[in-house]
Amino acid sequence: MFAEADALLLARIQFAFTVSFHFIFPAFSIGLASYLAVLEGLWLKTNKQVYLDLFRYWLKIFAITFAMGVVSGIVMSYQFGTNWSVFSDLAGPVIGPLMAYEVLTAFFLEAGFLGVMLFGMNRVGKKLHFFATLMVAIGTFVSAFWILSVNSWMQTPQGHIMGENGQFLPGESWLPIIFNPSFPFRLVHTVTAAYLTTALVVGAVGAWHLLRDRANVHARKMFSMAMWMIALVAPVQIFVGDMHGLNSWEHQRPKVLAMEGHYESYPDGAPFILFGLPNEKEERVDYAVELPGLTSLLLEHDINAPLEGLKTIPADERPPVAVVFWSFRIMVGLGVLMLTLGVASLFARWRKGLYEWPLLHRFALVMGPAGFVAVIAGWVTTEVGRQPYVIYGLLRTADAASPLAAPAIAASLLAFVVIYFAVFGAGTWYILRLMNAAPHAGESGVEAGERGPIRTAGITPGPAQNPGGSTPLPAGRGDT
Amino acid sequence: MIDLTVIWAFIIAFAVFAYVVMDGFDLGIGILFPTLKVGQGRNRAMNSIAPVWDGNETWLVLGGGGLMAAFPLAYAVILPATYPLIIAMLLGLVFRGVAFEFRWRDPGHRALWDLSFFGGSVIAALAQGMILGALLQGIDVTGRSYDGSWWDWLTPYTLLTGVGVVAGYSLLGACWMIWKLEGDVQEHAYRLAFRAALATLLLMGAVSAYNLLLLPDYRERWLEMPNILFASQVPLLTAIVAGAFFYSLKARRQLMPFLLALALFLLGMAGLGVTIWPYVVPDQITIWDAAAPESSQIFMLVGVALTLPLILAYTAWAYWVFRGKVGHEGYH
Ligand code: HDD
Ligand code: HEM
Ligand code: HEM
Repeated sequence: MFAEADALLLARIQFAFTVSFHFIFPAFSIGLASYLAVLEGLWLKTNKQVYLDLFRYWLKIFAITFAMGVVSGIVMSYQFGTNWSVFSDLAGPVIGPLMAYEVLTAFFLEAGFLGVMLFGMNRVGKKLHFFATLMVAIGTFVSAFWILSVNSWMQTPQGHIMGENGQFLPGESWLPIIFNPSFPFRLVHTVTAAYLTTALVVGAVGAWHLLRDRANVHARKMFSMAMWMIALVAPVQIFVGDMHGLNSWEHQRPKVLAMEGHYESYPDGAPFILFGLPNEKEERVDYAVELPGLTSLLLEHDINAPLEGLKTIPADERPPVAVVFWSFRIMVGLGVLMLTLGVASLFARWRKGLYEWPLLHRFALVMGPAGFVAVIAGWVTTEVGRQPYVIYGLLRTADAASPLAAPAIAASLLAFVVIYFAVFGAGTWYILRLMNAAPHAGESGVEAGERGPIRTAGITPGPAQNPGGSTPLPAGRGDT
Repeated sequence: MIDLTVIWAFIIAFAVFAYVVMDGFDLGIGILFPTLKVGQGRNRAMNSIAPVWDGNETWLVLGGGGLMAAFPLAYAVILPATYPLIIAMLLGLVFRGVAFEFRWRDPGHRALWDLSFFGGSVIAALAQGMILGALLQGIDVTGRSYDGSWWDWLTPYTLLTGVGVVAGYSLLGACWMIWKLEGDVQEHAYRLAFRAALATLLLMGAVSAYNLLLLPDYRERWLEMPNILFASQVPLLTAIVAGAFFYSLKARRQLMPFLLALALFLLGMAGLGVTIWPYVVPDQITIWDAAAPESSQIFMLVGVALTLPLILAYTAWAYWVFRGKVGHEGYH
């Protein structure tokens, strides 16, 4: 009933599904952890209640996001063995240690301090609590560092030697493995993506409450902070994305050609295909709208530079073009919209008043989910674009899979899809509910969950006024 | 010369042990959840583990990640061989992990998330026990990969080890509640601990006996001279610890039952060591066959040496911050 090819396809769908779902949460929690650290730091410095309120408001959302990130991440760490066992056996000596470092330096750090961050405000001093928040934020960054190093090594492998049994073995030094050619670009581009994603969400929530009540000080504060972030980071992201693309042009030409949709060669200057319908059967892009010379200008900094198209590459060395072509355009299009939002916010500060322009608030609201879409589109570009290889140029995806029967994978895939949508759907719904509640003075912390998010008074009397106090915690979540 | 591979085997064993006892008690609380009263009983039990469960579970990631890094061949063989169990375990962990937050965020559906906490915990524990059983009963290997069907793991023996782990985790969970809670819930936990201990010891005995029938090799390790002189210490010590445990329950000690339950697990682990050492996949792959090259081992050993003391220190600190009984001063 099922052939081996089906098992491979199912394994790929399962991996793409679980990792995409997983990445949605880190994309938000990397940025949110840093935002929380900033809020708490500002509170400590200025002693203004509004920062503490915002900290507590977003902490509740962070707690849910983080829990979903953890459980979906644990799934990922076992997927390599369950579905890509040949890959694990062959590449384990190189990428295994990097992932072990991720656990040792990042996951333990996050998990160790998370409890104190969420529930410990009344148990440790303010400073120590801030330290815990910082550790969690740093942990999320370190985690991104290692996992992106792994992923980048698979994209641009170097520094290894081949063992007799076909295993990839570490060479003399680990530095070239960790700091492989695409890593710096991928790290910066992904971490700024996470910051943008978070800023867009925070901005959208601020905008939502401004649309309801323009005078809400808390909404004003978060909206303003988010708009600064977007105005500053969106241009940086586009600039870094361009450099990332140039780096890929150096190391993974077929991927970039697929992004650009260039089947044909252009001896004197390649155009940039703005839009069109890639036609993989006929190997051309239908209805293309082109800007002459732009691709050559972008990639080679010369309008007339020649370009060799995909047709010069053997068909079994090419990635699927349509997916990469579209996902790339979605990402870039959203990036341009983010830039527009940032510029509009600057204009509003200058002319209109940031809180007085409902159109801007509506725009920010609609852009709330844009970060997640761009991030997933970016990953699809990266991962599909490197096909048919899993370790670029060296190990084909088709040769990396586990010896599993297709029905086994079909069953697990079905279970993942059903359960992820149900469970993470519920979590998303809870997050949206928390976001729908207006931020206000005397915001309660994570502990006060008993009556749901709407509850006003915190359980502890003055919020964290008794650092080191002996209140047993997690403060009576429950106990009514 | 120091053998790095042996050191790594001990590090992985340590990670697995740390995982089993730490996530063991919070999975155990999940397993016992339906026996707790809705309201205070459940809330307090949940609160007693909420700040630490994530850290506990991280040891599982270290166990899995460490195995891939230090013994990639073992990782690549064992996981496909137990595929449905691994997936079930992971999904079980999803259900219980999200319950920690969700049950507070949605009081209207709290019963549903409590069920998800219970069901997820049972499935994860059962799957872990069965994975252990599947490993002990042997795995078909050809070349460098698994060569069986996707149902090979399902036997009466693995069912026995699965139930054994469920009982063992319940024991840890009950003892944790004795330590961290008071009043009615604690009384209830004393009763649970007694029953869970009986079940655990019985199942440990049954699994050990079954082991002797499983592979001739296991019989040799346990029963022949001179092995038996060392090996027999394990059941002997187990009997002593078990006696002390029941005494500590009777004497209404608070922390002692938990410590003795940990000792029981340690002995179980030692017994496991006697049974399979130096294989990772019994009779097929030794730790040396599966080991990563020396440079990988050294690189990671440096990391472990630098970070593990720190990890243990701040983990201990986190437990210390949340020391004492949970939620005895009512807040309302
Ligand atoms: C908020 C998210 C976001 C936004 C607005 C952008 N990107 Fe991006 N992009 C990502 C988030 C991202 C990502 C998810 O972080 C990826 C996936 C893998 C990676 O390294 O970063 C990515 C990958 C990625 C790649 C593929 C790298 C490879 O070859 O593997 C390129 C060429 C770009 N980006 C270029 C851009 C350009 C020119 C943008 C201009 C608008 C842009 N990105 C906006
Ligand atoms: C977290 C963000 C990531 C996303 C959204 C993502 C997405 C994807 C997608 C969509 C595929 C399928 C490609 C195809 O089938 O054509 C894929 C494949 C793959 N990715 Fe990633 N990826 C991510 C990160 C990573 C990382 C960090 C690693 C390594 C540690 C990784 C390893 C792999 C492997 C081994 C495959 C092989 C399976 C395949 O090619 O189909 N991915 N990924
Ligand atoms: C670019 C891709 C990825 C990034 C940036 C990333 C980042 C993160 C971050 C920041 C966390 C902790 C925060 C949270 O849970 O929300 C996390 C959790 C986790 N990730 Fe990913 N991840 C990526 C892909 C992957 C992949 C492919 C794997 C599989 C090896 C993986 C394994 C894990 C695990 C096991 C956890 C849970 C750890 C814990 O218990 O705290 N991640 N990841």
